[in-house]
Amino acid sequence: MLTVSDVAEKLGLKVVVQGDLSEIVSGCYVSDLLSDVMAHSKERELWITLQTHPNIVAVAVIKGIAALILTNGRNPEPATIIKAETEKMTIMISPHSTFELAGLLYSMIKESRPSQAGPS
Amino acid sequence: MQLSKIIKLVKGSVVIDGGVEDVDITSVCSADLLSNVLRYGKRGALLVTCLNQPQVIRSAELSDIPAVLLALGGTPEKDMIALAREKNVVLITTFLPMYTTCGILYSAGLKSCVEE
Amino acid sequence: MSESGSMEGSFHLMGGDFTNAGSASSELKAKLVNFGVAQSIVRRAAIAAFEAEMNVIIHAVAGTMHYLITAEALTITVTDMGPGIKDIKQAMKEGFSTAPDWVREMGWGAGMGLPNISKHSDFFKLDTVIGEGTTLEIFFRLKERNADS
Repeated sequence: MLTVSDVAEKLGLKVVVQGDLSEIVSGCYVSDLLSDVMAHSKERELWITLQTHPNIVAVAVIKGIAALILTNGRNPEPATIIKAETEKMTIMISPHSTFELAGLLYSMIKESRPSQAGPS
Repeated sequence: MQLSKIIKLVKGSVVIDGGVEDVDITSVCSADLLSNVLRYGKRGALLVTCLNQPQVIRSAELSDIPAVLLALGGTPEKDMIALAREKNVVLITTFLPMYTTCGILYSAGLKSCVEE
Repeated sequence: MSESGSMEGSFHLMGGDFTNAGSASSELKAKLVNFGVAQSIVRRAAIAAFEAEMNVIIHAVAGTMHYLITAEALTITVTDMGPGIKDIKQAMKEGFSTAPDWVREMGWGAGMGLPNISKHSDFFKLDTVIGEGTTLEIFFRLKERNADS
């Protein structure tokens, strides 16, 4: 089972705000639309997005997201960092594009669950 | 990779076929914020998104992106379909979420459209 | 294909008109293609024009997009009646946006408008008056036209 810390280490992600890095990751959600994340994401998923404003923290907390990963090397806004620190929500930055990061995580998470059949 | 192969990989459905036999997709751009599509998209890329708005088609058309894949089982809005038809942008849908869609396509060897 | 040495025209833009957002840029793109402008320049101009058009639609009351093509250059001028830009330096930063939250759910408000215009054009000029509006002049150097359509 993968933790947030495992993901950060394996992919060389920069941890900008450190929440609970020992959280076990249940999967991933890729979206830049807050309403979409609110409707469809699941607890303990990693949320991959290009959004950088503070609302992402509020949504992540409500949905029980394991950690936020911003792609394309994007830095969160200062207000976002402050909010994440208060809420102890992990924010990491990836130099990869959203597509690439999703691809890398897909393989990584699939490999970490050998008994679970992925989509054919 | 030919678009027909991509459609099979993600179990997609063609809504608008763009009036061409098949399209060679050179890379993939995954984004819901259109300025990021304009910033990072490349000519000949496939745009994967959950944003169900006609401006997705507009963004594709203006940046020479030939095809849009709407993920998560979204039924495209009427205006989106009409614009895709008018501008000959291929519009495909899949029930798979963005994450799984990107994962499958990346595993199949498609590259990101973003330059490092 | 145009045989004249230059071409110009303009479009009206309505603030809040998301239904038609992008139609001016799309028409402009078609005109540039017909005029024989090189494909790579057409793409960059279309993207810059679209961002400028969206800035008017998201932030302003109304505006115009004017284009002028000569043998040497394409100039796209977008003028609006709107709030103006308070902090241009901030507005040029990728990710900084003054758009309201609901705009993000429509796919805009990523804070990339001016940075995208800068990236895709050869250069641009910006004049703004707080409480009155903004004028953007976006320039593209033209190379030889396409030999055929």
